[in-house]
Amino acid sequence: MKLTDIQNKVHSTFFKEHQKSLYQSLEDKHTTLEELDDGDPLTTKMVLNMGPQHPATHGVLRLVLQLDGETIEKCKLDIGYLHRGVEKIAENKTYQEFMPYTDRMDYLSPYSNNVALCTAVEKIASVEVPERAQYIRMIGCELARISSHLLWLGTMVMDAGAISFFIWTFKEREKIYDVMDRIAGHRFTVSHARIGGVANDLTDEAMGSIKEFVDTFPKELKDYHKLLDRNRIFFERNEAVGVLRTEDALASGATGPLLRGSGFGLDIRKVSPYLRYNEVEFEVPTRLEGDNLARYYVRMEEMHESIRIIKQCLNKLPYGPIRTDNAKQAYPSKDEVYYSMEGMIHDFMMTDTGICPPEGAECYHSVESPKGELGYYIQSDGTGHPWRLKIKAPSFSNLQVLENILDGEMVADTVVIIGGTDPVLGEADK
Amino acid sequence: MSLKLTEALQKTVDSLTQTFGDKVIDVYQSSGDTFIRVEADAIIDISKHLKNELHYVYLSDVFGIDRYTSDERFEVVYNLLSLRDQSRVFIKVRCEEENPEVESVTSVWPSAGWPEREVYDMFGVKFRNHPDLRRIFMPEDFQYYPLRKEFPLLGIPGSIELPSTTPDSD
Repeated sequence: MKLTDIQNKVHSTFFKEHQKSLYQSLEDKHTTLEELDDGDPLTTKMVLNMGPQHPATHGVLRLVLQLDGETIEKCKLDIGYLHRGVEKIAENKTYQEFMPYTDRMDYLSPYSNNVALCTAVEKIASVEVPERAQYIRMIGCELARISSHLLWLGTMVMDAGAISFFIWTFKEREKIYDVMDRIAGHRFTVSHARIGGVANDLTDEAMGSIKEFVDTFPKELKDYHKLLDRNRIFFERNEAVGVLRTEDALASGATGPLLRGSGFGLDIRKVSPYLRYNEVEFEVPTRLEGDNLARYYVRMEEMHESIRIIKQCLNKLPYGPIRTDNAKQAYPSKDEVYYSMEGMIHDFMMTDTGICPPEGAECYHSVESPKGELGYYIQSDGTGHPWRLKIKAPSFSNLQVLENILDGEMVADTVVIIGGTDPVLGEADK
Repeated sequence: MSLKLTEALQKTVDSLTQTFGDKVIDVYQSSGDTFIRVEADAIIDISKHLKNELHYVYLSDVFGIDRYTSDERFEVVYNLLSLRDQSRVFIKVRCEEENPEVESVTSVWPSAGWPEREVYDMFGVKFRNHPDLRRIFMPEDFQYYPLRKEFPLLGIPGSIELPSTTPDSD
């Protein structure tokens, strides 16, 4: 379709330049699909706008699809509807102050985001983190991974047509919220990690609830497998749909389960182990098919592996402090703050100035978040605020892949493929 | 400061300095990460060398930095990962404040497409031969580059068109 044809039909009232350039780039997009003759006598060609306010786009993702009948000839994604400029905000906050913003980046797994920021700051400022805190963080991260994958599973199956299954997975997510509530005091945006450790130790109640969850959850997973693994409708909706071929996967920049579903076992927990992932045993599930079904298997197996990691962490959890005892690097404990003058001063200084990495230092640290490689690049100018803080968001990389794998698919499969890619727009839009 | 490089990174640095000589300006380490600063006009050759000879097949990210200096103000950083050696290296190029332009590496790593658009959107650094250089987060109608240091945190009033809040107006 020609740009002028589209513009004659669509009278944009808002951000006119933006709409024009978006449709222009759709027209310019080069795809390898065979194009039919330009005549289009049956007028089967159309341009369809999907989103940003569409329940199946998992947030505010806008797709502009050029259709030929029911086939997507080519598509363009428009993101930025949730752009809040967190990188700009980070430059005006201390490192600890910025942490609650990371909760709201990938809001489905806040714990991984907190840990990603804290580990990056600890790397640049050479902060030692006590053993116990490392293990508590690992437990939190793996619970967050399960929680995120559960939401993905529920919505993906819902996108494929089974509504009630969503309620099943949310039942389990609800339990994770309760566990998080007992660990951190918050259900959703936990902000539990602190630079130099974690905010508070696990109580007996929290330990009990984690153990209970770890014991009961594998049975639920088994039920999910029973429902889906031989489900014909689920298979036909997902098999050979949204294929990311192995040879394209690395070049396209896919990360996380999307890359592992296409045959590359790239997992940051194995490539450059952080926390104590080198001390626990786990597998990195991979598949070769690269379709939506492969991603389903990868994520399901990752949940099994997460349970395995949590069990090992619970066994290994050592006793000891949960935050580094250095007032220049981390908040002092509340006991100190309430009962000693120095503690009070240090607490104030941490809030006011925060931790100051050496001038000119740079570092990049990435963790394996549920969506893929989540990295923080920090450049310090010697003050308590970062000079530049860049977030490498996995959803952003995966959405770029989505733009290419949608070409040639059926329009009815769009929502399933978005579901399989599992983007979180809070993270992709920064 | 002497560098503490792993075997794979040492090989990378040696190979780059041997092949490109003066084009490699600086190699330094900070907090355990290795940064290699190169001449901006050689970025395509160096990228091809890194990808084909040294196995840096995975471009994880491209991002910009505003150094806020009078010369060579903007810096573009390429975050590369080699799956074979499991090593990560950062390639940096710098460009001037007036008409900042860098050659796009999308021909080498197609995954650079969106991250380069983000650098363009946030810093105004243009990428030559980029297949689709549009803004990515901000609308095309927006005229400023928000991550530049002179852009105020609260934004510029009136710089972005907002919908009318009175329901009756057309």
